[in-house]
Amino acid sequence: MSRNFVASRRSFLKSTAGLAGLAAAGVWPTSQALAAELTVGFIYVGPKDDFGYNQAHAEGAAAIKSISGIKVVEEESVAETVDVQKSMESMINFDNAALLFPTSFGYFDPHILALAKRNPKVRFEHCGGLWSADKHPQNVGSYFGYIGMGQYLNGITAGHATKSKKIGFVAAKPIPQVLLNVNSFLLGARSVDPAITCQVIFTGEWSLAVKEAEAVNALADQGVDVVTCHVDSPKVVMETGKSRNCFLCGYHANQSTLAPDKYLTGAEWNWATVYKKMIEETKAGTPVANFVRGGLAEGFIKMSPLGPAVSEKSRNQFEAAKAEILKGSFAAIKGPLKDNAGKVIATEGQSFKETDVALESMSYLVEGVIGSTS
Amino acid sequence: MTDQAISAPVALIEATGWKAQLARRAEPIVIVLVALATGLLLFGLFLMALGKSPIAFYSYVYQAGFGSWFSWQNTLSRAAPLLLAALCVALPARLGLLIIGGEGAIALGGVAAGALGAMLAGTPSFVGLPIMALGGAMAGAIWIGAVGAMRYLRGVNETISSLLMAYIGIAVMNHLIEGPLRDPKSLNKPSTAPLEEALRIGDMPGSDVHWGLFVGVVACIIGWVLIERTTWGFGARIAGGNYRAAEIQGLPVGWFIIGFTAFGGACAGLAGMIEVAAVHGSANASLAAGYGYTGILVAFLARQSPLAIIPFAMLLAGLEASSGLVQRRMALPDATVLVLQGAVFITILLSEAFYGRFRVFMPEKWGKP
Repeated sequence: MSRNFVASRRSFLKSTAGLAGLAAAGVWPTSQALAAELTVGFIYVGPKDDFGYNQAHAEGAAAIKSISGIKVVEEESVAETVDVQKSMESMINFDNAALLFPTSFGYFDPHILALAKRNPKVRFEHCGGLWSADKHPQNVGSYFGYIGMGQYLNGITAGHATKSKKIGFVAAKPIPQVLLNVNSFLLGARSVDPAITCQVIFTGEWSLAVKEAEAVNALADQGVDVVTCHVDSPKVVMETGKSRNCFLCGYHANQSTLAPDKYLTGAEWNWATVYKKMIEETKAGTPVANFVRGGLAEGFIKMSPLGPAVSEKSRNQFEAAKAEILKGSFAAIKGPLKDNAGKVIATEGQSFKETDVALESMSYLVEGVIGSTS
Repeated sequence: MTDQAISAPVALIEATGWKAQLARRAEPIVIVLVALATGLLLFGLFLMALGKSPIAFYSYVYQAGFGSWFSWQNTLSRAAPLLLAALCVALPARLGLLIIGGEGAIALGGVAAGALGAMLAGTPSFVGLPIMALGGAMAGAIWIGAVGAMRYLRGVNETISSLLMAYIGIAVMNHLIEGPLRDPKSLNKPSTAPLEEALRIGDMPGSDVHWGLFVGVVACIIGWVLIERTTWGFGARIAGGNYRAAEIQGLPVGWFIIGFTAFGGACAGLAGMIEVAAVHGSANASLAAGYGYTGILVAFLARQSPLAIIPFAMLLAGLEASSGLVQRRMALPDATVLVLQGAVFITILLSEAFYGRFRVFMPEKWGKP
């Protein structure tokens, strides 16, 4: 205790003296950033150790910290309101940030667009892929990944692991990005056994721990024995699933440490690839593309290492499908396929590859998914 | 007894002089400032225990919240919704009602404004904006007014019911923006149709602070006049002091309860409308950003006085504005500023115990042993 106190007093004195020095020189700490450095700002909508969406981005940010001449500044738990506009402005004004990564989907319109107009020299890179040349400023870019393929691979391991032939999905909102993941998960499982069904529960919010736990319990009560999710922080789903003895497939980031025995694999973002490339391009002065997409092949997404519960047969099919996806011609959504209300989605021979823009307005759940989008 | 009878006139003279007036008015200001300073001091000790410098911390807070015109704009932008959200707590509080569900009224006010704005596409600003404002205020008034009505007519606890109504309000908002009111083009973030440029609230000249701040300040002044300078406000304060006595005096207590809760709700609904028209450009789930809850904090710090809401909203907004810089410069988590808010909140609540304890603020006791 006493040692702690001494240490804190010393650091207190040190920073006080430092501040006094700065004040005497008439300089605030704002001008710390050297002109030669590129300051990059990251803004997250939740805590950056959430085992999920924000952690995936924070891991990407951590990967570029080691690049020389790069200074990374970060802010977590910034709401999609005037807050994020002010956080961006603060990074520009106080830190001379020239490249910003406001990572939440809801930051784009109107917040990033408003700031981009006022700060034409700053570049804004947004995760979600909404940029279009005719509508949006040139200093805004967007990037996203085909993570549906990751959920398809999750589905294969789930299909092998389930005994009840019932798998479950805890989803935030019935929007296209989420629906594609739900459908891909089931189709992956059905590639193992066409009798498998997937129960989906929508919680209605991106981060609502209580409902997420309730959803997992409800799924387990119905006999579901493999669970995955698409919520901002999968931590609660994984921990509750483990306590209900379900196998688990991760999402956003690697959650294997939460349930090492039950974790099969997970669909993870690999933002380090994207961020490194963009930083290198910015440093070199070459233009950064305004619209960036990629999947497993481009290294935008990756799979968690397969867990001990994955069988040999499961592993073989997983690796075979992964190799197929890496070739780039694979389609999870292909005919003949109906939605769960009986409407035809794709006829025999029709298929939607991961890059197909039609998938971005998905509004259906495929046959075999139990649940409704409204 | 005789002693008192003799000294009373002297005290009366002293108690009405300018010194006495000043002493009475100084009491809440001095007590709140001392409590505030104590809270900041305690938090400073907390920081030192973590090995961080409180002086650096407070200089960052000053720099990012109040140190420059940029910082002031940052603070004022954040304060705008807090003013109206705090009124939703402070006005009913004068009747002794503790309303903590302003968040629901903000959400519904925003949805009403978003829906009306989509319908009013093509109308000029001076027609469309007042209708949207009225719609937003009405939605909030009905929502919180219903809490007051349940309280008066059925004796339902207004604190619990307003909180539960907030959950319902947010759920209704989500249903509407993801269902009937959804713009089909808003794929991954369900929203109402974007408002036309004419139906948006712009920034005040020479700043990037929108007009919502002005509306909030005006609403606080109106709230103060209503409470302190009208017979309704006087009646409401009596009812807040003693409900039975007010009823026996023939005051329309029921109308006060429903009227003040509805007025508070209208303020919160208007805050939602302003968020939609000035910030988001459409109604979506970002409306439930917690302003309703921060408003409770502001109202309590202001001791439910509509005028005091203005500086306290700015104080809290300034603390929030500094959260980012503190995170970036001192490697402290974002919850740091929440801890500070908590420390200040607790010390100010505890300071309530010191009212009426110090002779210096009580002219009627001056000169007495």
